[in-house]
Amino acid sequence: MYKNFFRYLISAIFLLGFSVNSNADFKVGFVYVGPTGDHGWTFQHHEGRNAVEAAGIKTTFVESVPEGADAERVIRQLAQSGHDLIFTTSFGYMDPTNKVAKDFPNVKFEHATGYKREHSNVSTYSARFYEGRTLLGHIAGKMTKTNTIGYIASFPIPEVIRGINAMTLAAQKVNPNIKTKIVWVFTWYDPGKEAEAAQALIDQGADVIMQHTDSTAPVQTAEKAGVWSFGQASDMQRFAPKSILTSIIDDWAPYYVERAIAARDGTWKQQDTWHGLKEGMVAMGPYNSAMGADLVKEVEQLQKDLASGKVHSFTGPIYDQKGNILVAEGKVADDGMLAGMSVYVKGVEGDIPK
Amino acid sequence: MSLDISFIGILIGSIMASSVPLILAASGELITERSGVLNLGVEGMMIIGAISGFALMVITDNLFIAIIGSMLSGVIISLIFGFLTQSLLTNHVATGLALTIFGIGLSAMLGKNFVGIPGKEFPILFSSLKESIPFFGPILFGHSIVLYFAFTLPFLTNYFLKKTKLGLVVRAVGDSPVSASNQGINVILVRYCCILYGGAMCGLAGAYLSLIYTPQWIENMTAGRGWIALALVVFATWSPIKVLIGALIFGGITILQLHMQAIGFRIPVQFLSALPYLMTIIVLVVISRDSRKIKLNTPTSLGRIFYKEK
Repeated sequence: MYKNFFRYLISAIFLLGFSVNSNADFKVGFVYVGPTGDHGWTFQHHEGRNAVEAAGIKTTFVESVPEGADAERVIRQLAQSGHDLIFTTSFGYMDPTNKVAKDFPNVKFEHATGYKREHSNVSTYSARFYEGRTLLGHIAGKMTKTNTIGYIASFPIPEVIRGINAMTLAAQKVNPNIKTKIVWVFTWYDPGKEAEAAQALIDQGADVIMQHTDSTAPVQTAEKAGVWSFGQASDMQRFAPKSILTSIIDDWAPYYVERAIAARDGTWKQQDTWHGLKEGMVAMGPYNSAMGADLVKEVEQLQKDLASGKVHSFTGPIYDQKGNILVAEGKVADDGMLAGMSVYVKGVEGDIPK
Repeated sequence: MSLDISFIGILIGSIMASSVPLILAASGELITERSGVLNLGVEGMMIIGAISGFALMVITDNLFIAIIGSMLSGVIISLIFGFLTQSLLTNHVATGLALTIFGIGLSAMLGKNFVGIPGKEFPILFSSLKESIPFFGPILFGHSIVLYFAFTLPFLTNYFLKKTKLGLVVRAVGDSPVSASNQGINVILVRYCCILYGGAMCGLAGAYLSLIYTPQWIENMTAGRGWIALALVVFATWSPIKVLIGALIFGGITILQLHMQAIGFRIPVQFLSALPYLMTIIVLVVISRDSRKIKLNTPTSLGRIFYKEK
């Protein structure tokens, strides 16, 4: 009986290995943190997946996967079920991705917004969203009457802090009296809570609202209250046509198609990608005419300069909240510093939650 | 920072608005539980109500139909639960959990075509009085009709359970279905009605979110409020008035902690985020210490399957 059992086991392992290695059914898996219908972060990744599918490559996706233990289970399952390339599209998937990658050396992994590449089959990629934040800060600094900008933050990770800092620096440049008020909601996605946070900021005097969360609730709240807002991750203009000044749009499609084809053709290599306005991974939505023609022109020029590298979002001198110098005059912050950013710059109120 | 009296009025107004879904869902679930049925499907029924209400609003362009339709959809989905637990005698807990999972999945599927459609403005009542009276204006006026209904519901529920014959029947069925049955009460029928009523209220709670509070449809938009409503019923020891208090505390501290952050209080944010859960439990436990009253209110047969002797 045992002899038979082992025979089956061995043939099963053989078959499994065979099916994973066969190139004919090359498959790409995607893991999303929110629902594909969030019209923000996950929606844009899903658009990227659609582009991969349109390029003739089979894909599957799992949506609304909580960061943590569940994520590892889902990623592992995708790896086990014969996916050759797996995109894990949220910061919190960083450790689970690396853990699973260790056990599946033949599967390629692409983790969004993380910095750990512990195994040769893990790549990381992200977009320089902070370039978009610089444009938002410039606009916000010019548009605010109360000199108070409200910022809804999700989790205290470098990416979010970088956005807050980039925005504040740009706003200070055009309006030295600017104050940034921050509310941490500790969720990527809870429309009710995001709306409440927006309302709290508006009640506290903010007349420009921006958010680093995924739903459209903050812009709708701003529209109702008659204050300015910005779309996040995708063009949210139709949710708040009067209030939205512009949107930061994440465009993952070209990268996803390129990497999927590379993996299929065997040319995939580990890398760390960080693209911005220049490569088009970060794009801006249409500018609201309420900004006035002059400001629109100014911002469009700044957008060009950021893309060409003439202007950098983090150009010295930059000080932290205590007044210590972070970036010296005439220098720009290097990518290492940006990737690990964990302090507020001068002018941001409050402490970063630990 | 502005902490003048009119600002506090606005604050209380927004606290009331945020607690409406909790009050509606918890009041409905309370009746269901008082009849001895534990329906853990609150979240699922709410999300179905949210998508049905929003979809009907888009299709018919009529908010009245949307609201009624959301309640009906809650009734229909709770009917599945009723049929399984009351007629097929399945386990309440397992069936309720399945209902939530089913509801979330079904709503996502039904909602595919309604994502990204902006909602419609829901009419508010007495909006002129809201602006003209300081402090009391934003508290008492300028809300949707659903809010006024939600705030009278706990009192109606209390009256129903304590003062009416039907309320007595519901309580009898929840406490001792066998004796109630021996008295000639149709236990299964009463429980069916209570389940369907709970479904209607959860449907309305969901529609409040998708039509009034954040007028849009996005997947999973109830974001766990159904579970909080369920917990409220237990911590309020099945008393409708305490459900109201609990919902207000929860909504209040949720909003207040956001304001405290915006003002810049130097309190760890994680602590502030946990505060609503913590305070609601503490307050409800403290005000429900009377064990005699707890015994009086607790439906003794909660979650137990009732076999009718033939």
